[in-house]
Amino acid sequence: MTVTALGAAVRRKEDHRFITGKGQYTDDINRPGQAQAYFLRSPHAHATLKKIDIAKAKAMPGVVAIYTGEDVAADKVGGLICGWMIHSKDGTPMRAGPHPILAQGKVRYVGDHVAVVIAETLSQAKDAAEAIVVDYGVLPANADTSKAQKAPEVHSEAPNNTVYDWHIGDKAATEAAFKAAKHVTTLEIVNNRLVPNAMEPRAAVGEYDAGNDALTLYTTSQNPHVARLVLSAFIGIAPEHKLRVIAPDVGGGFGSKIFIYAEETVCVWAARKCGRPVKWTADRTEEFLCVAHGRDHVTHAELATDAEGKITGLRVKTIANMGAYLSTFASSVPTYLYATLLSGQYAIPNIYAEVDAVYTNTAPVDAYRGAGRPEATFVVERLVEAAAREIGMDPAAFRRRNFVTKFPHQTPVIMMYDCGDYKASLVKAMEMADVKGFGKRRREAAKRGKLRGLGYSTYIEACGIAPSQAVGSLGAGVGLWESAEVRVNPVGTVEVLTGSHSHGQGHETTFAQLVSSRLGISIDNVSIVHGDTDKVQFGMGTYGSRSGAVGMSAISKALDKIEAKAKKVASHVLEAAEADIDFKDGKFTVKGTDKSVDFGTVALNAYIAHKFNPQELEPGLKEGSFYDPTNFTFPAGCHICEIEVDQETGVATIAKWTAVDDFGNVINPMIVEGQVHGGIAQGVGQALLEGAIYNKDGQLVTASFMDYAMPRAHDLPSFDVGMTVTPCPSNPLGIKGCGEAGAIAAPAAVINALTDALGTEEVPMPATPQALWTVIQKQSRAAIAAE
Amino acid sequence: MYPFKYQKAATVRGAVSLLGKAEDPKLLAGGHTLIPTMKQRLASPKTLIDLSGAGLSGIEQKGRNIVIGAMTTHAEVAASAIVQQAIPALARLAAHIGDPHVRHRGTIGGSVANNDPAADYPAALMALGATVHTSKRKIPAEEFFAGMFATALDEDEVITKIAFPVPAKAAYVKFPNPASRYAIVGVFVAKKGSQVKVAVTGAGSGGVFRHTAMEEALAKRFNPKSLEGVATPAADLNGDIHASADYRAHLVGVIAKRAVAAAIA
Repeated sequence: MTVTALGAAVRRKEDHRFITGKGQYTDDINRPGQAQAYFLRSPHAHATLKKIDIAKAKAMPGVVAIYTGEDVAADKVGGLICGWMIHSKDGTPMRAGPHPILAQGKVRYVGDHVAVVIAETLSQAKDAAEAIVVDYGVLPANADTSKAQKAPEVHSEAPNNTVYDWHIGDKAATEAAFKAAKHVTTLEIVNNRLVPNAMEPRAAVGEYDAGNDALTLYTTSQNPHVARLVLSAFIGIAPEHKLRVIAPDVGGGFGSKIFIYAEETVCVWAARKCGRPVKWTADRTEEFLCVAHGRDHVTHAELATDAEGKITGLRVKTIANMGAYLSTFASSVPTYLYATLLSGQYAIPNIYAEVDAVYTNTAPVDAYRGAGRPEATFVVERLVEAAAREIGMDPAAFRRRNFVTKFPHQTPVIMMYDCGDYKASLVKAMEMADVKGFGKRRREAAKRGKLRGLGYSTYIEACGIAPSQAVGSLGAGVGLWESAEVRVNPVGTVEVLTGSHSHGQGHETTFAQLVSSRLGISIDNVSIVHGDTDKVQFGMGTYGSRSGAVGMSAISKALDKIEAKAKKVASHVLEAAEADIDFKDGKFTVKGTDKSVDFGTVALNAYIAHKFNPQELEPGLKEGSFYDPTNFTFPAGCHICEIEVDQETGVATIAKWTAVDDFGNVINPMIVEGQVHGGIAQGVGQALLEGAIYNKDGQLVTASFMDYAMPRAHDLPSFDVGMTVTPCPSNPLGIKGCGEAGAIAAPAAVINALTDALGTEEVPMPATPQALWTVIQKQSRAAIAAE
Repeated sequence: MYPFKYQKAATVRGAVSLLGKAEDPKLLAGGHTLIPTMKQRLASPKTLIDLSGAGLSGIEQKGRNIVIGAMTTHAEVAASAIVQQAIPALARLAAHIGDPHVRHRGTIGGSVANNDPAADYPAALMALGATVHTSKRKIPAEEFFAGMFATALDEDEVITKIAFPVPAKAAYVKFPNPASRYAIVGVFVAKKGSQVKVAVTGAGSGGVFRHTAMEEALAKRFNPKSLEGVATPAADLNGDIHASADYRAHLVGVIAKRAVAAAIA
């Protein structure tokens, strides 16, 4: 049998299924008697619902049922929740308005759910929805983050549209540091709003089993157990033992499928109410309008430095757009996932950050690949780059002067960095990128009329989310451990049941590699079971680059128990003392003898139970574990972007991309590299192409791929990817996580390269051709004026 | 999508006859604008008349003209040895419309009849001085395009083919919208004898237009340098989130120079 070691770049086991079209996604699931749901959505960004007349629509052909907010209220269905309590500076809890699954009294963004029509066919449901007469009292709306606190009130619970005004760090000490500073660098930063756009749109099928009074929800979820918990305990759909949530193959999530949304909840609630399985699949427009968006920060940022180029303080004031309702984890993103990373890779003695979270008449905003950490990295890395230029230091040398070099390192903003070697990744990246030769390349580009720039991003992220006690003390409503169960079958094949969920990450391969390397069996004899609350005991799901560091650690812990039990069985099979049994490469041996037995034989003996006394040792070989991390993990690295700007058109072309990441130990380098590639693509998308734009009436102008520019292959160069390794000390596998790194690192590297190329710090994101052309025009006007 | 009646025309005459008889009809060529619009319930023709069986596909050289059937796909134009040899700029234009899926369904006739202000083909027809052949007449490109999404076509008229005179030199350069890949600005330049035509798509508020100031400058000397200082007034141009009218006006100048450079390369 071939063992696949940790660190082997084996091809993904799941890809055969996917590339041959044999995946089973939620939209592939059809239940007997199924009806189709269609949501009537608000065309207005802000309006009162004066009257909803469904009489005519109800009589239309094929209509099974039509429900509105009144039905939701009558059934006492709870609202959607935000699972992380944030307190304002004055200690008061955040001010959240209700989030009903169908609008009650008011709609607050374009796409808000006014009614659901359930019909025999989708076409009939749409026809009936057109016949619903809604009398809207249109109200003034606001989509602008910076204007939100003076805009019309979105929820009466939140005066000035402010959900919370939170802060972290030592204000007085930071002010003193700025007073004493030799130099202060100031930047106004807008972190642009993004639409996740997973390839598979959200979908749901709700089904009611009247015989057992039980419900099943098939849905596009990154965390089916969390969905079940929220649907049961908070929304009150059904008790947990009467509700099964299945998230089958899921085609990408990027955070957007963590959350518990209105549509999925309506499907499972309506299935019981109308007595039919109810299916809904978002079309792309619905995804644009109603999926939780990402980012959308407006920030005033300052960095204080002393005469030696040492950073002495960092101060940030951020307004974070929450959209019209608080999504499931929205409140944590611009606070504990953002401001706690504002120290970057640097030893910064004083940090103070203030964050105001605001309501606007836009789609809810929540975690999107990186979640808070891309925003933090962008602030820190832009400040560092700008500061170095302002004080006349080489940006790489400035970084090196300020890097954290001793571990563990306690930052002023909660995080305790456990390990890392930031100099090593910077030096390696600079060599790979041939930074020395950049001047020559820049001169050569100038001859072609191109402005060439080079930008660094030495990022850090907190992943492996998260130690339960720590997040609990910060307001999280759940623990963030992970669970696993390892079932060894009598012939020695293995099933791993995991609470992690794979929606592109390749768990079926990497998790099998762990089992293979530990038990000495082929990865083909391991199957990974996930995404079904009836199969897997419990789990917190996949996000925050946690499946390796937390999910696999749980599997590792269960494998420890399997090994311990198997040794006991082996001692009976080999007729030796348990203490004399060694287990290596899939073989149990007796110390100092040539007696051995393989893993499969031990597994069989565990089940036939002929060789031991079942009073002393239980038959069977199946173990479970819950693993709770002791700390976050801290992946870090250095990305270097080289870019050229066409002065005539403003078009930016990435000429060269170097990424050196420290993810700790790596299970499958090919999969890790793929994650880095995808992350960079998304980060470059944010930096150069993507931006969700609402107009002043709150209409989403970029509501399709005709206007929302996703990165394409030709927008990206071939990436040069390298690694350094400092194994993570806080989990048994030494893993840090890799899923978000590219998206976190990339935007700052691109904008730092552009600001270098153009010689101004005022480059907006996304740096579209028009935006860059405008910058170039402004500069040439300024140059003419100066002459 | 609302229900509609599907009819397949076997001949042009059949299509014309159906156009006259059917209830609220619409011709279906590649369907790349029509079908998405119908799916969004923004268009709801009662009858679709499919032209795919009407024998309108094919490319041939007729004397000094390249004649392309209305139902010829972009991919066929791009791959055509005849087009590549006679008017390589046209083959390249076709090769950069949309993506491979679009190029294998979308047709030249459908694109021209739709006259999307950001489509590529209208610029080629205008600059090359093409003639649109229909079921009832021949229309010079100059008279065919009648403003945004409007053409000279009558209700019961079907485009059958488009005849392109072979130029001496020609090139098309597109500045694509980063999202849709339609032209924000597309400039087709063509030189035939002493005459130069410059057609601009994507930018004009009334759709494709001839840039006569550039044509005059280039007629004197067919060189990018001739375009220095030739203004493009922003007043008649489109502005949107991707490109303001001023930016488009600037791009017309830049892209026109690049097109001329490509034509003489």
